[in-house]
Amino acid sequence: MNIESAFADGKVRLYLSGELDHHAARAVMTEIEEKLDLLLPQDCVLDLRDVSFMDSSGIAVVMKTYRRMHAIGGRLWVENVPPQPMKVLDASGIDRLISISALMQARRRT
Amino acid sequence: MKTVINSMRLEVPSRSANESFARSAVGCFAAQLDPTLEEVGDIKTAVSEAVTNCIVHAYPDGIGRVLIRARILADRSLEITVRDWGKGIEDVEQARTPMFTTGGDNRSGMGFTIMESFMDSLRVRSSPGKGTTVVMRRKIAERAGIR
Repeated sequence: MNIESAFADGKVRLYLSGELDHHAARAVMTEIEEKLDLLLPQDCVLDLRDVSFMDSSGIAVVMKTYRRMHAIGGRLWVENVPPQPMKVLDASGIDRLISISALMQARRRT
Repeated sequence: MKTVINSMRLEVPSRSANESFARSAVGCFAAQLDPTLEEVGDIKTAVSEAVTNCIVHAYPDGIGRVLIRARILADRSLEITVRDWGKGIEDVEQARTPMFTTGGDNRSGMGFTIMESFMDSLRVRSSPGKGTTVVMRRKIAERAGIR
């Protein structure tokens, strides 16, 4: 799993790519926390368009990121979620707490 | 009596790097049923949850054996068994409750819920100190149309 970030005007977009499972989750979470602590963004977007697989470990990553953003007084969105990760997020019911939007068509970054 | 069309067995140590290997292997095995992308995704997700449980909960302090078995039955269902010889689950019903976890905030407590909702059936047998066996089934619909 790889993370790239784009930061401007207090808003950070984190592009996650690859497979997000328990094996990857700890390193992903550490990296997200480091970025948030460094940038202290007002808004954070987790962009999942290039996540090829996600299991319930990803739910915990989204929840922890949400709590981190909440702690620094910011907001979180989860965007461009492909079908497989979307099904997992749907099963968790966290869309009641966090704004989640699906990947519309082939909008993979090149 | 159920007729077994094909079967596979895979045994790996409970290292987290094997989560991806195990779900991919079962996904590839399931390919002969010509599943949709969504069906393969569901199967891989369920396997990932079951194997992760072995790694996180069955062998929290070390490395143990994890057995993954898959069978294709005559009714086009895929039966997946994930077995460990780890510490077992005291209260299976509680473990299956959504959001319940003993894994702290790194875990969502949604593993069994996802296995349950992504597969047609889920059976969990466990005895403390001896291990846990999870058996899941998913029927793959025959697809009509051009090949």
